[in-house]
Amino acid sequence: MTAFAPGDRVRTRTVDPVGHTRLPRYARGAWGTVVQVAGSHPLADDRARGLEVQPQPVYHVRFTAADLFGTGDHTVTVELWHDHLEVPA
Amino acid sequence: MSDDHGSSPISARVRHVEALLESRGLLSDGEIDTRIDEFAAGGTPANGARVVARAWVDPGFRDRLLADANAALPEVGLSMAGGLQEQRLKVVANGPDEHHVLVCTLCSCYPIALLGPSPSWYKSEAYRSRVVRDPRSVLAEFGVALPAATRIAVWDASAESRYMVLPRRPEGTADLDEDGLAALVTRKGLIGTALV
Repeated sequence: MTAFAPGDRVRTRTVDPVGHTRLPRYARGAWGTVVQVAGSHPLADDRARGLEVQPQPVYHVRFTAADLFGTGDHTVTVELWHDHLEVPA
Repeated sequence: MSDDHGSSPISARVRHVEALLESRGLLSDGEIDTRIDEFAAGGTPANGARVVARAWVDPGFRDRLLADANAALPEVGLSMAGGLQEQRLKVVANGPDEHHVLVCTLCSCYPIALLGPSPSWYKSEAYRSRVVRDPRSVLAEFGVALPAATRIAVWDASAESRYMVLPRRPEGTADLDEDGLAALVTRKGLIGTALV
């Protein structure tokens, strides 16, 4: 896994999982910018399923309201695990 | 069993799960209350206010706080290590052109050690769903009227970090000492739903 760095443009996954996820619905399939690495933790989505998981990078990812909601001039910064982000081709 | 029971369906479900865990020896009697008391012990907005006052009088501390809050907190005798594991803290500073406001859209994550128990509105679906979409209107309802040019940054505590807002120091406070400054800081100010 190649970790993302501040300034990287990233897109969140569009998957709608059956169980718990920390990728909020309003931020699915959206483009944002990594603003900071926020440590390394096991993916909560998988821990909630009782899986043994290894820590992975967590990021503060900033989205514009326009990209999330099609309206608004503010930003929303969401904390996301590496697995919530698409891997660049 | 823990002592504090509401009558809502979720309370009944929690009570049932707690009883099952106790019957299987995974929880001892009253352990949840003990853990909650330990976690909340000493948690009060006065702690966050003390951090803010120090940041207002000590630019070096302010810089360290914004760069790595967990490393800076011990300078004022505080830490985020009161729970089962140390929680990462990120402090975001309001400025003349930018205003920060905090939310946990998925549940109610909150820096209890620095702000005490969270207010009920912070946990409400109305606040959690609206503040990410239309923070300017929500802030106006809290009585915070920001200039149109002020950028608003919403922080959603969706993972392991907790957040605290560093409000702007009010005008006309040059003669106040650190205790006097701390007394100006409110819980809402530390969440971003009030100015100081």
